[in-house]
Amino acid sequence: MLYREAGQFKTTYAADQQLFPIRQDRIGVLVLLAVAFFGVPLLASEYWFSAILIPFLIFALAALGLNILTGYAGQLSLGSAAFMAVGAYAAYNFQLRVEGIPLLVSFICAGLTAAGVGILFGLPSLRIKGFYLAVATLAAQFFIVWCLTKFPWLSNNSSSGVISTQKLIIFGHELNTPVEKYLLVLSIVVFMALAAKNMVRSTTGRAWMAVRDMDVAASVIGIRLMPTKLLAFAISSFYCGVAGALYAFCYLGSVEPDGFSLEMSFKILFMIIIGGVGSIMGSFLGAAFILLLPIFLDVALPFFAELFGLPFSSATVSHIQITVFGALIMFFLIVEPHGLARLWQIAKEKLRLWPFPH
Amino acid sequence: MIKGFKPALAAAAVSLALFSQGGFAAEEQFFPLIDYRVGPYGSNGQAFYGGFIDYLNYVNLKEKGVNGVMMTWEECETEYNNAKGVECYERLKGKAAKSAGPIHTMSTGISYALIDKSAQDKLPLAMMGYGRTDAVDGSVFPYAFPLVTTYQMQASAIVKFIKDKNGGNLAGKKIVYLYHDSAYGKEAIIAMEAEASLNKFQLVQIPVAHPGNEQGAQWLKIRQEKPDYVVFWGWGVMNQTALKAAQKVGYPRDKMIGSWWTGSEEDVVPAGDAAKGYMAATWNVAGKQVPVIADIEKVVYGAGKGNLQDTAKIGTVLYNRGVSAAVLSVEAIRKGQEKYGKGKALNGEQMRWALENLNITEARLKQVGATNLLPEIKTSCDNHEGSGKVKVQQWDGAKWVPVSDWIEGNKALIHPLFQASAKQYAKEKGITPRDCSKEK
Amino acid sequence: MNFFFEVLIGGLLSGVMYALVALGFVMIYKASGVFNFAQGAMVYLAALSVVGCMEKGAPLWLAIILAFVIMTLFGIATEKFVLRKLVNQPPIALFMATIGLAFFIEGVAPMIFGSEPRALDLGIVDEPIESIMENWNMVISKFDLVAAGVAAVLVATLALFFQYTRVGRALRAVADDHQAALSIGIPLQHIWAIVWGVAGFVALVAGMMWGARNGVQFALTFTALKALPVLILGGFTSVPGAIVGGLIIGASEKLAEIYIPPVMQDLFGGNFGGIEGWFPYVLALLFLLVRPEGLFGEKHIDRV
Repeated sequence: MLYREAGQFKTTYAADQQLFPIRQDRIGVLVLLAVAFFGVPLLASEYWFSAILIPFLIFALAALGLNILTGYAGQLSLGSAAFMAVGAYAAYNFQLRVEGIPLLVSFICAGLTAAGVGILFGLPSLRIKGFYLAVATLAAQFFIVWCLTKFPWLSNNSSSGVISTQKLIIFGHELNTPVEKYLLVLSIVVFMALAAKNMVRSTTGRAWMAVRDMDVAASVIGIRLMPTKLLAFAISSFYCGVAGALYAFCYLGSVEPDGFSLEMSFKILFMIIIGGVGSIMGSFLGAAFILLLPIFLDVALPFFAELFGLPFSSATVSHIQITVFGALIMFFLIVEPHGLARLWQIAKEKLRLWPFPH
Repeated sequence: MIKGFKPALAAAAVSLALFSQGGFAAEEQFFPLIDYRVGPYGSNGQAFYGGFIDYLNYVNLKEKGVNGVMMTWEECETEYNNAKGVECYERLKGKAAKSAGPIHTMSTGISYALIDKSAQDKLPLAMMGYGRTDAVDGSVFPYAFPLVTTYQMQASAIVKFIKDKNGGNLAGKKIVYLYHDSAYGKEAIIAMEAEASLNKFQLVQIPVAHPGNEQGAQWLKIRQEKPDYVVFWGWGVMNQTALKAAQKVGYPRDKMIGSWWTGSEEDVVPAGDAAKGYMAATWNVAGKQVPVIADIEKVVYGAGKGNLQDTAKIGTVLYNRGVSAAVLSVEAIRKGQEKYGKGKALNGEQMRWALENLNITEARLKQVGATNLLPEIKTSCDNHEGSGKVKVQQWDGAKWVPVSDWIEGNKALIHPLFQASAKQYAKEKGITPRDCSKEK
Repeated sequence: MNFFFEVLIGGLLSGVMYALVALGFVMIYKASGVFNFAQGAMVYLAALSVVGCMEKGAPLWLAIILAFVIMTLFGIATEKFVLRKLVNQPPIALFMATIGLAFFIEGVAPMIFGSEPRALDLGIVDEPIESIMENWNMVISKFDLVAAGVAAVLVATLALFFQYTRVGRALRAVADDHQAALSIGIPLQHIWAIVWGVAGFVALVAGMMWGARNGVQFALTFTALKALPVLILGGFTSVPGAIVGGLIIGASEKLAEIYIPPVMQDLFGGNFGGIEGWFPYVLALLFLLVRPEGLFGEKHIDRV
């Protein structure tokens, strides 16, 4: 009843082609944005900003990047963290070496640098497919991290290879508080997410999906594989690169190459699979799930152990956390292999008929 | 009953962690424990934080806290992961607003990520034997304390140990520096290079890629180089692999001297006989013969409040190191209470002052039963390290045996390096250093 | 020149160790098309089971048998509770499930057997063979030779098993085409349970060799990272490919670690050692550009 598009007639092309064609969706997105921009800063505590919301948005952006590559263009990648590292170090170096470069410009440059590196490591995708490609992207993961460790110029000759990011100054204003950082990250992520949403329904996006579903068939109908695949790598890496820059500048403040580990790449991969492969919203849902679950377990398990008087030592609690995390991933895949986004879709279909199903 | 958890804390954890607003009675000193017990380095964390918590419990049980102030804490698992460390820090810092013990992360990466944040939040960050070493210069890093000793001072002390073994002359000798290719391993290079040019020995640097479970090439190279000594900076599985690989190429283990993160039971036991004769630096001896360790076993484990499931870890190098970190923290609390009022909990700023004005003498260490668990420490604004001394210990196949007295690194050579690096950091970050002559 | 051969032989022998882990991947991928990321964790579980049983007082032979039982039960349980429910899902979902499985093992195994690193003594000392040392001044470890022997026996057994036994033939049929195999009456689920059991056995062998070499500890899970380039070089579906790939990766990685950094040092200045982390991957990647299905992989023909 509430969620029914009946009666919403599109009378112009513009109306038919808008990003959210259903009125309820438009209202929903606007409400969500209003809450995110105005409601959350009023309500959330500092802990929520610095430890949950900011990393959530950043990882959602990285997951979005990977989702473009894996979910839409069908190229499995295990090197997302490395592209984030490229973005982080590039942004740092642009800030350091280019006099007076505005922060946002250096973020964009960081994204472009990552895109360039992404294209380089995307080249093998023209010959290699599937898990072979996935393992091949590990080459990017290890090689990039090694390069960042080995060329001291990249970390401004710091003896340990750790970089400490510059101040966040936007239009002459220094961002100090978590709320300000949150708003900066939120604005960038919202902008890029909407851009991605727009992109995947464009010619490019449709070409990606054709390649994903079957690249031979796609080439037969006239889609040129090379530019399509490489563009997917470039844009995906651009998103990851910007996410990396934000990760360094707005979240940690100081990063080392080893921090962008294989483990982090996997985490981003989990996000899109749990959230939904080939879904923009899935990237956000997945990021929330993967980030919040361990925190929840960390907090809840000792509580339950205490409640039921279980004789757990601190080490056991930590072990149970990992076990439960692994078990939940398997459980989710068994229950809903298409991810959380699919659950949302089912909910929407139900809502259409609610409260009077057939 | 969860060992080591205060019921109230655990129960409050769920609600507090989400909207954390710490509320404590005034007579509790809170420790935010950003620790790890799982993952690749989990067993190291278990021993270290086990010792740390056991000592806090010991203080609570034995003398009802420090002047009546009870020690409390909450743990947060980082899995040695930087991002998780930051989340833990943010989660616990609200509770640490009123009273805060020093934060021990036992991770160089996490310490780096917390340096700016902790200074902003006015929470003291202790980095005992790890972390950002140029924080020795307290004028730039008021809230960061690389206490006891640093990688560079340790490297220098190891060189001194080798030098003493060679009649005070290293000219013409060859030393291989074999290191974990990360921030941790790279920190000491600068000190090794400085020592090499000072003592005119030849330095060969060989990095090992993470995780270091395969070192065949490196050790064949070492065999070819025929060095007089191998100074070894490993972590986790890299340590056992190196010992086994040394055995494989027939390199004598008693010419290998490791850093303090390569010299615990966890590092040598898995290597079996290959580890016999191997030496490593440490600032705390192992074993239960240290009075306070024996007393902890009696008092804390006797009362069933021990933190370790596996009591075999009591008295191991890392367990004792955890105790040494706790002893140091508790001594700082005593010092702080002398200034800010006995029987009162210290907040982060007061704790910072206390850590900066530590003066733990040999006599005091004897009083608390911690002789040889820590060297003498005297910190100040321009020296957050406070000691720079280590001992060298040797694995005899069953236990670690100290083979040297306290050795101090070459302060005149190393400390200027810290100051230069701290100065550069201050410039990059736009920090105006404090004037240490005005601090008291 | 002597040194070159020393490095080469050392590398080949290390390569055998990589191949041992890679074999487990191949077994499962061949039979069920699942890229089993949990293989590294299974190596850890297997080694930990052996050590754990020995600590409880079992002699080595009994511990090995017990560990084999544990691994088989584990394999069957995995098939029954995870994979069977994911039949017909896209490969990426199955891959993902095995990552979840890896976490599960990494949590459960140390909870049962303890997490502190331990030694595993198989009675073979990892020392240079003296006669070779004296005559040619070359280091060749006894232990590595034993490992090579074990790998050879394992591969031969597996090859025979696949080629000549009923189950082996069924396995190959399943690997070829699930549907077709089902339709001629091959019990798919039994076959998969057997495959996971065999992979568990391979993990047990790999776990014991690696455990004896570096100690039994969490880092055994990292052995998977050494096996992946071997896998793509040799092909996901080929048992001999795993061995040959292992040898190539092992030897080239060691030679590269010795000879490439000095060259780079001349070019750029600075210390460029520690390339073992990425070199095998880049090598495998370059190789794939020439042969996209690996050395012995089955050529995949796309049909529209």
